[in-house]
Amino acid sequence: MSEHTQNKEHGSKPGGPGGGPRPMGFGPGGPGMMPGQKPKQFKASFKRLAGYLKPFRLQLGLVFMAAILSTVFSIFSPKILGKATDELFNGLMDKMKGVPGAAIDFEAIAFILALLAGLYVISAIFAFFQQYLMAGVAQKVVYRLRNEVNEKLGKLPLKLFDARSNGDILSRVVNDVDNISNTLQQSLTQIITSVVTLVGVIIMMLTISPLLTLILVLTLPLSFIVIALVAKRSQRYFKSQQAELGELNGHVEEMYTGHTIVKAFGRERHSIKQFESINDRLYQSSWRAQFISGIIMPLMNLIGNIGYVFICVVGGLLVTRQTITVGDIQAFIQYARQFTMPITQTANIANIIQSTIASAERVFELLDEEEESPEPVRPVVLSSPRGDVEFRGVQFGYNEDALLIENMNIAVKSGQTVAIVGPTGAGKTTLVNLLMRFYEVNGGTITIDGQNIREMERGSLRSLFGMVLQDTWLFNGTIKDNIAYGRASAAESEVIEAAIAAHADHFIRTMPDGYDTMLNEEASNISQGQKQLLTIARAILADPSILILDEATSSVDTRTELQIQQAMQHLMAGRTSFVIAHRLSTIRDADLILVMDKGSVIEQGTHESLLAAGGFYADLYNSQFAATNKLTAG
Amino acid sequence: MLKLFRFLRPYRIVIVLVMALILMQSLAELYLPTLMADIVNEGVVKGDTSYIWRMGGYMMGVTIIGTVVSVLASLYASRIASGFGRIVRGKVFSHVESFSMHEFDKIGTASLITRTTNDINQVQQVLMMMLRLMVMAPMMCIGGIIMALYKDAELTLVLVVALPVLAGAIWLIVSKGLPYFKAIQKKLDRLNLVLREGLTGIRVIRSFNRIEHEKVRFEDANRDLMNNAIKVNQIMAVMMPVMMLIMNISTIAIVWFGGWRIDSGAMGVGDLMAFIQYAMQIMFSLLMFSMMFVMVPRASASAVRIGEVLELQPSVTDTAETALSSRGSSGVVEFHNVSFNYPGAERPALSDISFSALPGEVTAIIGGTGSGKSTLFHLIPRFFDAAGGSVQIGGTDVTKWPQDQLRQYISLVPQKAVLFSGSVQDNIRYGKEDATDEEIRQAAETAQALEFIETMPEGFQSVLAQGGTNLSGGQKQRLSIARALVRKPRIYLFDDSFSALDYKTDAKLRAALKEVTSDAAVLIVAQRVSTVMDADRIIVLDEGRIAGVGTHRELMEDSEVYREIVASQLSEEESA
Repeated sequence: MSEHTQNKEHGSKPGGPGGGPRPMGFGPGGPGMMPGQKPKQFKASFKRLAGYLKPFRLQLGLVFMAAILSTVFSIFSPKILGKATDELFNGLMDKMKGVPGAAIDFEAIAFILALLAGLYVISAIFAFFQQYLMAGVAQKVVYRLRNEVNEKLGKLPLKLFDARSNGDILSRVVNDVDNISNTLQQSLTQIITSVVTLVGVIIMMLTISPLLTLILVLTLPLSFIVIALVAKRSQRYFKSQQAELGELNGHVEEMYTGHTIVKAFGRERHSIKQFESINDRLYQSSWRAQFISGIIMPLMNLIGNIGYVFICVVGGLLVTRQTITVGDIQAFIQYARQFTMPITQTANIANIIQSTIASAERVFELLDEEEESPEPVRPVVLSSPRGDVEFRGVQFGYNEDALLIENMNIAVKSGQTVAIVGPTGAGKTTLVNLLMRFYEVNGGTITIDGQNIREMERGSLRSLFGMVLQDTWLFNGTIKDNIAYGRASAAESEVIEAAIAAHADHFIRTMPDGYDTMLNEEASNISQGQKQLLTIARAILADPSILILDEATSSVDTRTELQIQQAMQHLMAGRTSFVIAHRLSTIRDADLILVMDKGSVIEQGTHESLLAAGGFYADLYNSQFAATNKLTAG
Repeated sequence: MLKLFRFLRPYRIVIVLVMALILMQSLAELYLPTLMADIVNEGVVKGDTSYIWRMGGYMMGVTIIGTVVSVLASLYASRIASGFGRIVRGKVFSHVESFSMHEFDKIGTASLITRTTNDINQVQQVLMMMLRLMVMAPMMCIGGIIMALYKDAELTLVLVVALPVLAGAIWLIVSKGLPYFKAIQKKLDRLNLVLREGLTGIRVIRSFNRIEHEKVRFEDANRDLMNNAIKVNQIMAVMMPVMMLIMNISTIAIVWFGGWRIDSGAMGVGDLMAFIQYAMQIMFSLLMFSMMFVMVPRASASAVRIGEVLELQPSVTDTAETALSSRGSSGVVEFHNVSFNYPGAERPALSDISFSALPGEVTAIIGGTGSGKSTLFHLIPRFFDAAGGSVQIGGTDVTKWPQDQLRQYISLVPQKAVLFSGSVQDNIRYGKEDATDEEIRQAAETAQALEFIETMPEGFQSVLAQGGTNLSGGQKQRLSIARALVRKPRIYLFDDSFSALDYKTDAKLRAALKEVTSDAAVLIVAQRVSTVMDADRIIVLDEGRIAGVGTHRELMEDSEVYREIVASQLSEEESA
């Protein structure tokens, strides 16, 4: 990433006037040597990206105009500067030849230089305007793009988020969009200035001397060959460098996160040995990649200098034959210098554009994902929800052809408790997914108070539920804001009331800023148990009619666990509750037990009926709880 | 930054060579305009064609030498920068491998990873830039000034005015823009944070119907970033045109004053042409140098972070007195009045802990979070060293053991199963490098892992995705138990290792374990009473102190804390 930005920073120098030195070869990547990702559908994606620029066509028009004008004005200047040199030279020659009254015409020179100064100022002003305007356009475009993606994320079904890693989505919204932003900011105008410079310079050179121009143009294919050769080889090394780097990063990540194990099994030396061998390979491909891409500049320089030498020699000869003037040579040298720059830039730009379109494509891919099914036109609203939940012939599978639930029928009355029991990873989240309509059922219906949940708006459906799961989610904000997340309009006294009910008030008040304490990014300034208490407070404040609770409270100390238990009981009173149960008491007292294994509901019933059935649940109970019971009782 | 450059020592001769090469390259570059001046002054003015050809030949020669020299410079510079990266990376990695948990906690695993990878890359890249740019720019600058002085000392006065103006302008713009440059990273991080929160909390956000609220939060962060980015680019928009303008005006001044000098016969027209080119080279080198102001701070932050890692000394080291004498010692684990403090903590994490765990027995440690169970465990393989008292294995203080020998005796099964990329077999073999296939199979069988391994498409050869993401939590835990079993150690440490197993597997595993661990000391840390009830000895920890030792039955009678724990996990009637 940084390599690209660097290159672009240097590349953004406009094909400046003045006999500047050639561009120096620096920057670790060299120009555009990074193997860019190739877009799959260049044209379509390009068009679509261009569509985002459309609202700014007026500004863009101005930017292009400014870019062209700035370049054109700067193109004229070497020729005019040459005129000044001519005046000097002619005056001098006349003096040497002893022409009477011969002198350098300073008045004429002053006039020329004043004209030149004017041109420079105008060119600078336009250059400024071009970049200044573009800053607004480019940043606003990516601003819109980011918002659009984010908004889209809000409409995508959870299926997508479960299937993709967060890192992948993050990288599309941040890195890829950033890549687009850089290109818009710098490369877009660069294309224009490069092309205008190239054309303008060729025209100017032709007006000076077609012969010299021909000589210079002949060096062109040479440059292309060099660029092509070097680019091809360096891409190979860059690719392998990238691969080794990936492997190295992977190794480091694995070894550091597994540090305890590495140490416990005394494998440090082995791990270092492995690291060294990757490090060695990285070194080999890295210096080669750097070197190969680093020589492109000296080689381009060589070609440029060969042109330079020829111009000096041939130009010198032409001057002696009076075909051109000394000023012309000077101007021509300057043009020649400006000539090679846009060529290297274009090679660079082609690469950048490719990677930009590839980035845009990844962003568009996300934008094109299928959204959740549309909300019903006339949604049902439950004015005073009771919390009766019914599953009728529900079929569900994350994969259409592998149904996990084939025909599920349950009826839960308002205020009842459903215990969900089964080994970890048995797919208890599946029920949450279905109830809250994070996933759609494949068949059958789920109703609340007799209404099909598909006929409600998702938002109003979900507001019926309160959820306290084991992996708590809190955000970077104050404790108060986190509790009030369930009901943004809650007054401070209500927040405190909820916290008291959740047994969280005490610990909150021991924090330095009480309810205004900021939770840090990882929310690591409070313990796991405290986090859970906060999420319970959040659910209490939201006052839902149906609850989904996860009883598992591992990594919580016993006292906090007791508090959590009490808080949960308080929360469950009078509400329909689905409890992912671990406590025998909860399970036994439940109105309905759902036994889940490998993602599907295999048994359901009350404690007594399930024991009598002698199935999976009975097995489970006998192997775990019964033993416990006997021992503790004894 | 400079401190890190001590690792360049092996390259010091090569660095001198690179500098010499770049000096030669700059000289070659600067010599061309001089030769061109000669062509104009001598050849063109006098109409001497053969002179022009001869000078042209010289120029060609100089160009080729310049190219060869700069290719060589590039070669050595790449080798130095990459070599430097390799050395630092190797040093950092092996240093980190010697860290105890202490140092890991101090810096943080994620940060250590970034420091070993990205930060070193960043420094390596900047070194590459420095080798080319930082060396090239001053040489071009000095060389240019020398040539300019040599061509016409008085005309150099133009530069005396132009250079400070240019430098001043650069300084002004950079210093104005720098706060914005720095802010941009922060605002990008903020946007990242909001987005990440939105992704990890997606179920909660949707269940509370707060999508709209999250959208606004994102838009705020996004707008903030946009405004800053616009500002940065607007400042940059001033930069280039101003630079170019200063340079161009200088050119005009040179032509004007040079004209007078030519008029008075003090210099030739060719000299003026060459002079303009020198002036440009000097100013461009200044501009290039200014790029370093943007680059170096970025890298120096990285360098500081790397330096911190290297300076941090591992707190657990082998002492000189560690005798290598063969200890046919048994696996008796003894704690004598052990205490332990985390740095900066107000209260000790452990105090006055004394107990012993004998081979052939199961010793369980129970207590809530923060009671010090895991800390106690970590003292045994010396992930930390005790602050007071003594932890002994086989009658010898653990600090007297060489670390690798000590750990040979121990198998640890951590709370969160950690697996490495590689095959199932590789992962089990991690416990014992020379384990036979049969041993691996047996370990897997005992750990109740054989069944699911055999259903995998390639059995023991099946490759795990990074960290075993293609396995369930329980499967990972069973593999990590198999890895511990294959080692056949004297001491087993199970750190709440059965939590991800379902009840049936748990029971089967325990039965199988009993057989193979019959002559080893088994220590189990647990949260749940049901896990520890069968242990020969239960140690109840409460806030870093031992609150009771005994069997389940004994503790139920005389340990208040234990009863409280039992009560919190089982309902009244069950524990009564």
